[in-house]
Amino acid sequence: MSKVIKILGTGCPKCQSMTAVIKDVVSENKIDATIEKVEDIMEIMKFNVMTTPALVIDNVITIKGRVPSKDEVLALLN
Amino acid sequence: MFDWLQHFADWLIYSVFEFGAETHLGTALNFFVFDTLKILILLFFIVFIMGIVNTYFPIERLKDYLNRKKLYGLEYLFSSIFGAITPFCSCSSVPLFIGFVQGGIPLGVTFSFLITSPLVNEVAVAMFLGMFGVKATLIYVVSGVFLGTIGGWLLGKFKLEPLLSDWVKKILKNKTQNLEYEDENRTFKQRLPEITRGAWDIVKSVLLYVIIGIAIGAAMHGYVPENFFNQYLGGDEWWTVPLAVLIAVPMYANAAGIVPVIQVFVAKGVPLGTAIAFMMATVGLSIPEATLLKKVMSLKLIAIFFGVVTLCIIFSGYLFNILL
Repeated sequence: MSKVIKILGTGCPKCQSMTAVIKDVVSENKIDATIEKVEDIMEIMKFNVMTTPALVIDNVITIKGRVPSKDEVLALLN
Repeated sequence: MFDWLQHFADWLIYSVFEFGAETHLGTALNFFVFDTLKILILLFFIVFIMGIVNTYFPIERLKDYLNRKKLYGLEYLFSSIFGAITPFCSCSSVPLFIGFVQGGIPLGVTFSFLITSPLVNEVAVAMFLGMFGVKATLIYVVSGVFLGTIGGWLLGKFKLEPLLSDWVKKILKNKTQNLEYEDENRTFKQRLPEITRGAWDIVKSVLLYVIIGIAIGAAMHGYVPENFFNQYLGGDEWWTVPLAVLIAVPMYANAAGIVPVIQVFVAKGVPLGTAIAFMMATVGLSIPEATLLKKVMSLKLIAIFFGVVTLCIIFSGYLFNILL
């Protein structure tokens, strides 16, 4: 089943590097997933996070406030 | 503590590159190499320590603490200290703000956090330590925390809730949905790689500013005459503190780039208190931050917030100049 990945962040440098990491992992490992960037602050607040960037996989918050490594993302996606 | 680094700089500039120790260029390059390396080492060290603190005291846990404990008026101080130890990213200030008020933390206490968070941050502390020494750094950190405490308390007295944006008021009405905080059980060893990587990323991201700042500082050392500011700008006239602060508020400069320049000002006769006030206004308040806060506050509230903090910074500038 295709995974839904959401990246929550208002566009700060950290959010951009998180997006880059996720995109790399998904394309390098040919993972079936859609990546969505959530930049609207009101949308972000619906997830109850206090620190951005945050990574949401299938509506579960997995990482918040930091940029993960590729290995970490891969482990979360499998 | 940094003797070995001085030996290295001497060796590199005077022996390897064979610049004369008595030439201006030689001493300037030596100064540049020594300062840059010293500051980068301090920076990594401090960011690393803060990384350890943060992994054990994440923001959710601090918020939870403020929520649960009865602190009898000390909540402003605690909130301010928590603001100092959390890494600040301007883009996180809005989610933090909402998270706090949603959790039922009073607006004034939230402001304490919001004031101190950018004001006392790990990069600024490392730069201060490298350029001004331990005493000035302690004064900077303690007064930053104190300023956040007082500023938040003052703002709390004003009953500012009606000035929040409409959607934030809606959130305030149903603040029951409190997020449960769950502890992480990972061992220190498991957290270490991520902390090191985080520290390295921060050092990398400010590296360029450090080098540019120190280069400008090194160049200015040679060209700005001694007592320049005393002579032409009235170094300790009463209006220098407010002037320095008012110039600095709209400016958004990276702490890494601004401290080496301020250090030259101090070396050439600007009082340290004026310099600290300038520094605080630069990193604590800025136009980009105001733009972000616009999403959760009315312009009037932002103006009150900035006004109160500016006055506090000016006041502390005077205080330092008297005390130091």
